[in-house]
Amino acid sequence: MSWCLEVWGDYACFTRPEMKVERVSYDVMTPSAARAIYEAILWKPAIRWHITRIDVLEPIKWISVRRNEVGKIFTGPTQAHLDGRSGDPMGFAVEDYRQQRAGLFLRDVRYRIHAWFEFIPQEKRIRNKSVTPEFWADSEEASQFVNANENEGKYAAMFERRARKGQCFHRPYLGCREFACDFKLVDPSHDLPPSIEKTDDLGWMLYDLNFEDPQDPQPMFFRALLENGTINTDRNSVEVRG
Amino acid sequence: MMELNKRYDFILFFDVKDGNPNGDPDAGNLPRIDAETGNGLVTDVCLKRKIRNYVGLAKGEQPPYEIYVKEKAVLNDQNERAYKALGVDLSQDTGKRKGGDKVEEARKWMCQNFYDVRTFGAVMSTGINCGQVRGPIQLTFARSVEQVVSLEHSITRMAVATHQEAEKQGGDNRTMGRKFTIPYGLYRVHGFVSAPLAKQTGFSQEDLGLFWEALQNMFEHDRSAARGLMSSRRLIIFEHTSAMGNKPAQELFDRITFSRTSDGPARDFSDFNIELDGNKLKDFKTIVSV
Repeated sequence: MSWCLEVWGDYACFTRPEMKVERVSYDVMTPSAARAIYEAILWKPAIRWHITRIDVLEPIKWISVRRNEVGKIFTGPTQAHLDGRSGDPMGFAVEDYRQQRAGLFLRDVRYRIHAWFEFIPQEKRIRNKSVTPEFWADSEEASQFVNANENEGKYAAMFERRARKGQCFHRPYLGCREFACDFKLVDPSHDLPPSIEKTDDLGWMLYDLNFEDPQDPQPMFFRALLENGTINTDRNSVEVRG
Repeated sequence: MMELNKRYDFILFFDVKDGNPNGDPDAGNLPRIDAETGNGLVTDVCLKRKIRNYVGLAKGEQPPYEIYVKEKAVLNDQNERAYKALGVDLSQDTGKRKGGDKVEEARKWMCQNFYDVRTFGAVMSTGINCGQVRGPIQLTFARSVEQVVSLEHSITRMAVATHQEAEKQGGDNRTMGRKFTIPYGLYRVHGFVSAPLAKQTGFSQEDLGLFWEALQNMFEHDRSAARGLMSSRRLIIFEHTSAMGNKPAQELFDRITFSRTSDGPARDFSDFNIELDGNKLKDFKTIVSV
């Protein structure tokens, strides 16, 4: 079972890991960013999304934006804080930790992403520490208690329903959360806007992170070849190196 | 505290008159402009800063409305506080547990106390891998509905900062400076509220009410020489009936159209007509059920 989503937005930043202080985007969307868009619509511990193809529908254009950012990570509360004893107050003044960073982002992007999900049987799932219980879109979903008679078709129907209605768990985005995107489910057999006419070797690009050891995710890379505006990201035919 | 269980998509229109809504550090503090189209830009983080400042002012920096990322202007005395008194009941987890459990506890505590953490999220160092909070509210870059021009003004100061400067000028004691303004710009920003993420951070219906209030009032408490006259003009909130929502956001945003009521360059909000499904919007806040 595979699907095709068309996504578009004013800006995008698929940050290159080697240039992440002053962010520079890849030329095109990475498979991991595409996966996150599918996951923003539907994800359950039972499924894993795989991106097979990315079509680039708009010419690659750039914009540079410099912003004031903060160079400090939040510190968590100490035991004293949790207990309500006196201690240093939390929080910080941004002016003390100011960093000005430029970013080279993409603009006016539009992609078509093709994906399918793999169904993971119960015993093979990595136990994920979930913050909240499972979440259901509406009464229709909730009425079908999912673990009882779990199967692939149910998740497929759920995804299709959500995508068609424009429902999402959270608003999907193009690389960074400030670059929200719109999406629609499309049928690839219909007449669709053509990809850009560009063939190029985009070099080594991030494929995704390998979360097999959740404490220490490892990046994986692939050779991104843009052929007539299309990038093959199917792991069955593309070499992915860890 | 009422749980948030609906999705919201919203559009905020705000304008600036003879001011610089958001300076570009790359361009000597000129107003941000999209070089290709000439439209003005205001970054998402600029607006989030103002929302934080407003909430800090309105709630006096007290939990559960504390602000973690402060600007100096709103720093006030912080005394020791009885966080426990908030009903943050975590004590039943006594005993030394693994660090992993501690992360959960700390994250929950941060969300309960800090408005900006449970609204916009935070990257926290307390976890090995999962010390991250994703907030329910997502803002995009604001963009002006028409092209804007930025004007440069030279100004003089009738004093100098140092003695050397005075000597150099032979006692004339005058310096020149520059400032940039946009004569008028109407900006439009899109935002999204995710109910499932609100559940994860404990962002409530009351918090959302405060957020709408902040959007309306944030410019009222951000007056400065650089900003000129800025104000929030129209807020259109699309309220879905379920957490996942009923319709694609782009379909909803397309229902808002704007037109001009005058010719020539716009200099006032009255030069624009903002319409929802063809009806002119009169009030600041309009909630549309979808």
